Amino acid sequence: MDMLQMKNISKSFPGTKALDSVDFYLKEREILSLLGENGAGKTTLMKVLYGMLHPDTGEIYYKGEQVHLKSPLDAINKGICMVHQHFMLVPAFTVMDNIIVGNEPKSGLFVDEKKAREEVKALINRFNFNINPDTRVEKLSVGEQQRVEILKALYRKADVIILDEPTAVLTPHEVDSLFVILRKLKEEGKSIVIITHKLRETMAIADRINVLRDGKMIETDIDPKKATIHSLSEMMVGRQVALGIKRPAKNIGDVAFKVEHLKVIEDGVAKIKGIDFSIRKGEILGIAGIEGNGQTQLLESLTGLNNPESMKLTLKGKEIKGSADVFLRSGIGHIPEDRLTMGLATEMTIKDNLILGYHKSPSLQRNGILSKKKIRDYSNRCKEDFNIKTPTIDVKAKSLSGGNQQKIVIARTFSHDPEVIIAAHPTRGVDVGAMEYIHSKLLDLRDEGKAVLLISADLDEVRSLSDRILVLYEGRIVSESMPGELSEVQLGLLMTGNRIDEEVEDEIREID
Amino acid sequence: MKSGKLINNKFLKSGSGSFTTSVVAFLLAIVVGGILIELAGFSSIATYGAIFRGSLGSSRGLVLSLSQATPLLLTGLSFAIAFRVRIINTGAEGQVYIGAMAAALVGAYVNFLPGITHVAVAVLVGMIAGGLVGLFIGFLKIKFGASEVIVGIMLNEILILITAWLSTGPLMTPGSATAQTNPILETARLGRLVPRSQLTWALVLAVIIAVYLEWMIRKTTLGYEIQVIGSNLKAAKTAGINVPKIYLLTIFISGAIAGLGGAALSLGIHYRFIEGISTGFGFAGIPVAALAMYSPAGVVVSSFLFGALRAGAMTLNRTTSIPIEFVSVVQALVVVFVAAPMLIASIKKNLMRPFRGIKNKRESLKGGDA
Repeated sequence: MDMLQMKNISKSFPGTKALDSVDFYLKEREILSLLGENGAGKTTLMKVLYGMLHPDTGEIYYKGEQVHLKSPLDAINKGICMVHQHFMLVPAFTVMDNIIVGNEPKSGLFVDEKKAREEVKALINRFNFNINPDTRVEKLSVGEQQRVEILKALYRKADVIILDEPTAVLTPHEVDSLFVILRKLKEEGKSIVIITHKLRETMAIADRINVLRDGKMIETDIDPKKATIHSLSEMMVGRQVALGIKRPAKNIGDVAFKVEHLKVIEDGVAKIKGIDFSIRKGEILGIAGIEGNGQTQLLESLTGLNNPESMKLTLKGKEIKGSADVFLRSGIGHIPEDRLTMGLATEMTIKDNLILGYHKSPSLQRNGILSKKKIRDYSNRCKEDFNIKTPTIDVKAKSLSGGNQQKIVIARTFSHDPEVIIAAHPTRGVDVGAMEYIHSKLLDLRDEGKAVLLISADLDEVRSLSDRILVLYEGRIVSESMPGELSEVQLGLLMTGNRIDEEVEDEIREID
Repeated sequence: MKSGKLINNKFLKSGSGSFTTSVVAFLLAIVVGGILIELAGFSSIATYGAIFRGSLGSSRGLVLSLSQATPLLLTGLSFAIAFRVRIINTGAEGQVYIGAMAAALVGAYVNFLPGITHVAVAVLVGMIAGGLVGLFIGFLKIKFGASEVIVGIMLNEILILITAWLSTGPLMTPGSATAQTNPILETARLGRLVPRSQLTWALVLAVIIAVYLEWMIRKTTLGYEIQVIGSNLKAAKTAGINVPKIYLLTIFISGAIAGLGGAALSLGIHYRFIEGISTGFGFAGIPVAALAMYSPAGVVVSSFLFGALRAGAMTLNRTTSIPIEFVSVVQALVVVFVAAPMLIASIKKNLMRPFRGIKNKRESLKGGDA
């Protein structure tokens, strides 16, 4: 029997029809993958199911009965839980406190700590979660925090668990353990929906795949065994796409950008312990590594946002020193780590965001007065050249999807003719179409003879785009290799501080 | 293109939404204020009638409203401009005092400046004095991370008492019974727009400043940087904007405008510094700025509304036995209702939250959009 059914669900937001007569069903004991590009309506559909949004039309049947979900609380009480992409945990609370909060077992006026601990422990053991209920959440890794979120759902006796982009923040190893947990949950009779745009993972875990595109359900009964990555991505995008494009560098030139003796100490802790590297013209240098191994500090140093203990930075033979402004004007383009907190002022218009950082350039202002016409022309050009999907450049940046927001950042940086691009997670959280586009733009720029530094948590991305790969581990560069020289597993080992097997070791060049 | 149109409409709506919020807040305050007046056993019609007669109902009332609005316009602008970079300038009252004192001293003791240059220099010195106080607050904030709110309030006390001491001690007019400095020279007086009123050129100056600030915020690189800092501080830093510099510049401007408010009092109304020269104008600027949603052009309108209420209160006091405290009640209600949409939104937002957890504003705002 179907666990739940959604029939003819439509939902409009001003300007868009987010969901257009969507039918959806979920069986008992299954893992369903809800695939689609960003903005396809995946999250909207699940928010309807979770009571966060109310559909304009349509009906929801849960365990055979029609339900009207007024709020998430309503959904939770019925056994539908959602694990959000951004975890909703209190960092200063313990695992147990986070799990029970809102549903505390009481004895009189007080929380029955003993009973709570027993219940939580029983849950942890039953699903082999391997987590200490008394650890504070702020001390946990991202993967462990996700497990706490799942425990929260289980504690609330969820039968349906919706996970929004669960693997976006995980390392390859953590993804594997998540999948083990999900399979275990399925065995225990739970139904699971994974919202994702990652095809490979979908193929690995899902029992059934649904594809949404532009608010319409394209297909509900795809058998992952019969599907291919290509067929799925075509369904998602609605046309042929080039995934994992490889375009080897043709003309790598002289060294353009050189970093020497970079050391960063933060709060007395050495975050970067002396690294040197250089990037040549027409080369993409990829930096692989698990987040928190010095990437942030490296980015800050290269863009003038911190004060390293020591660093000598030369761009085309000229040393660069000073504030972020100086770095930017010297031709170091920056695609920041997190577009929402660092890259965009989302309350301002697209136009305003397209000039951010370059608003003092002579082409946009004169004597401190912004040129309305020049900015308008420039912004419209960016919108065309970078395919930013918006009716006008006068809407707030927050009204765009993640992919289009990222295109603003990319358009802004690329249009100002940088000599070197520091690109951090350039395609994080963007859909396949935008990803393909951003990748080809990066390669175009490289072929124009620019130097590109690519820092990404997505190993596939680093491997397919880079002309050379460095592995960053605990603030040191532990390996340098050419693409294809090391396998994904080998890179994964290096990223986690392990050494590669002896016979393989001979084949790679070890760096000091 | 259907979708394009819809998005545009939404944009326009959210743009004018803040304006309607202000209007609704003001009307709501009048209505609720009226109910309270009735509950207290007075006639709301008589009350508002008297207020209207004293403010907008005659040319005399209008002049009075405008002259009451002038200091509010200046302190309102002072608060609004600082708030655009999310600095809360609670030090405006002290800046008014120091501005009034500095201008009065130049007016009284500098006797070699001919004609209009005297008043110009006196005004300028008043502004610089206020600006320097602002700069000091900004410096403490940037250098030591001190809260500008606390520093501002503390400085108010210090500056009010120092100026009081000056006007009762070393600078007191010899033989005077009250705490006041020597009168300023004729040349240092701010000219009156209407004879035998308190309406001076300060109003013109204030409106010019408001128009300039509105233009500056919208059209210049400086204004752009101010907007970015106010919208997303981290993005501003990442984009290479010199945040400390803009902070200092903005709080200097903010302090200078409050200082001008003080100079307008001593050079335009009292013709000297007197103890207690500002009756809380520094703080009265906060609701004025809030009602205007921190838009300099909007402050022109909101300060006029508040000025009219104050002018009306005088007539109310003179012609009826209704307590003028009701005017303060109405003013306070305006602030409550301006803040209320946000209050209501935040209550709604909290209800939307699935768990009592942290994060994620974006996520919950999206949910709240529905």
